Amino acid sequence: MGVALLDSLKASFDALPSPLDDARGDAFAAALADGVPTTRAERWKYTSLRALERRSFVATAPLVSPVDAALLAEIPAPRLVFVNGRFDGSLSRVAALPEGVSLRPLARALAEGNTRETSFLARRFARADETFAKLNAALACDGALLSVSEDICCAEPVHVVFVGAAANADLAWHVRSLIELRRGAAITVVEHHFASGDHAHLGNALMHVHLAAGSQLRHARIQHDAARGTLIARTDAVLARDTLYRRVDLELGAALSRHELNVRLEGEGARLAANGVLLADGRRHLDTRLGIEHIARDTTCDLVWRGLAAGRGRAVFHGGIIIRAGADGSDARLSNKNVLLSEGAEIDAQPVLEIHADEVKAAHGATVGRLDESALFYLRSRGLPVTEARRLLTAAFCRETLSVLDDAALVDVLGVQLDAALARIELAP
Amino acid sequence: MLKVENLHARVAGKDILKGLSLDVKAGEVHAIMGPNGAGKSTLGYVLAGRDGYEVTEGSATWDGAGSGDAASAEIDLLDLEPEERAALGVFLAFQYPVEIPGVNNTYFLRAALNAQRKKRGEPELDSMQFLKRVREKLQVLHIKDDLLNRAVNEGFSGGEKKRNEIFQLAVLEPRLAILDETDSGLDIDALKLVAEGVNLMRSPDRAFVVITHYQRLLDYIKPDVVHVLADGRIVESGGPELALELEAHGYAWLKDRIAPKTAAA
Repeated sequence: MGVALLDSLKASFDALPSPLDDARGDAFAAALADGVPTTRAERWKYTSLRALERRSFVATAPLVSPVDAALLAEIPAPRLVFVNGRFDGSLSRVAALPEGVSLRPLARALAEGNTRETSFLARRFARADETFAKLNAALACDGALLSVSEDICCAEPVHVVFVGAAANADLAWHVRSLIELRRGAAITVVEHHFASGDHAHLGNALMHVHLAAGSQLRHARIQHDAARGTLIARTDAVLARDTLYRRVDLELGAALSRHELNVRLEGEGARLAANGVLLADGRRHLDTRLGIEHIARDTTCDLVWRGLAAGRGRAVFHGGIIIRAGADGSDARLSNKNVLLSEGAEIDAQPVLEIHADEVKAAHGATVGRLDESALFYLRSRGLPVTEARRLLTAAFCRETLSVLDDAALVDVLGVQLDAALARIELAP
Repeated sequence: MLKVENLHARVAGKDILKGLSLDVKAGEVHAIMGPNGAGKSTLGYVLAGRDGYEVTEGSATWDGAGSGDAASAEIDLLDLEPEERAALGVFLAFQYPVEIPGVNNTYFLRAALNAQRKKRGEPELDSMQFLKRVREKLQVLHIKDDLLNRAVNEGFSGGEKKRNEIFQLAVLEPRLAILDETDSGLDIDALKLVAEGVNLMRSPDRAFVVITHYQRLLDYIKPDVVHVLADGRIVESGGPELALELEAHGYAWLKDRIAPKTAAA
């Protein structure tokens, strides 16, 4: 129908090596039928994809610049690295994985025909606005598969790295990943999205998280994509009973970044503690959409999101919490505070709480304001120059989200990333 | 050190200071007493440079002579940003110290001190030198070191907040310290601790302006001069005995002092 984006992806789909299973064909046909979501779709109300749908992307480029090794130097093993959506064995370090931890690329499991490992791909996406999930289901041939065996507690963080590398064409890549923790397992995962060189690629990343009873996952996701890049990401997590999912999302880069975090609290006593930061400076458009579902009794979620918008940046935050009938004793908290640093910036904050159960505790709030003038004056009255005082306050405002990880070393790593990103913001009054 | 002449200031369109004059010399302690709404806190904010406090008339002149810094002879204080005033040596102890979550108390204080020193052309202190200074101050002030690693004033009790102000005062070593109702909300033990801190900081080249509603604080910090501030002006100045007089008679008598002036205007 003349939508350049979908036409170009059709060409990529047709070029996939056959035989393809029927599910991929069905998913692609459904994506084409639904089309690219418009702002008339409630879930895309504040994020227009009109410019994106007019662009064409290819699956492979003749020339791809090598990844700047310095960018990976800070990321220790074990790490699994994907460049433009494809596993890169030479950059990955998985030789010394702890006992009971499996970390490998989806492409390998697909090549081996290991249906047990790839069964998670069978998930269907029914809604008309899930076009990118459908495209992902049709096109993703690689991604990270992490599995932690029963009662294995892994102290070392595992890194999953998605690098967008500069190329002589605009690439679209699709990755689909799974983090699976068996009963009583515990691990820390750091998910990196960043650029090596300038590019305007489109990344489509879908991550599934399955936490079996009693397991605990710490998950940090750092999105620091190319300034011209587009990333459409989605995380679907399912939490069984007595699980604990701690998570921090730092949205620091890309021209357009959309992240949907969907968490189903399916087992009694499942706990989600998820925080995030949106740093929308320049002309950046960042959209984070939370869809938290309390399904079982005595489940809790504690969500703290901070948004900063500067220049002509725009931050969109939707915090959706549904407490289903029967999820009695649930406790849901959402705090979303935003600071506008310039006249041209925009913040759209939308906390939505839907309660169908009795005896629940729920609190939510969203604010949009400016930096606290009295705090600013207090710092300046002690001698701090105004720019430094503003920097200190914005950093503190964002850093508040990190402590949820309860891991000092990881908090330090994220703090450094956050400070580096904050340093590029013009804070002079 | 500081000469305030005929100062008029307005806040949110309302005239608060209406011709205030004050002459503070190095080594002196001035107490400014007055009823609620007289303009006491406004004076502190105007001198420290808070936004929204508009000076419509008059001047505040900083005299840096005698500080050993020949360059800072006569400066119009009102022309300067808050941080520039801090670097000159102006310090305001807040009546309500601001809680700043996420900003570490020690980190903030070191950054502030070094920003001031840099501005004055003095070498910045490294973390060892700074910590040494901090330890010394904590010891003489009898303050526990647990406030060092907390966020600025976050979750502090009223007493802790005031102690933190005095601790900052001690570390920053300003030339003019303005204490805005530092005694409010303190029990007698906390009050003594704060007063003791101020007394330890008294020196021939440092001045204090102690703003208070009650005479009580002046039992512990002996002022050289006591001023009575009412309706935006100093209506009476005298020695320490003036404070005792106020204590005995309250502020009611001031009405007679204000009324004729207003009528004349």
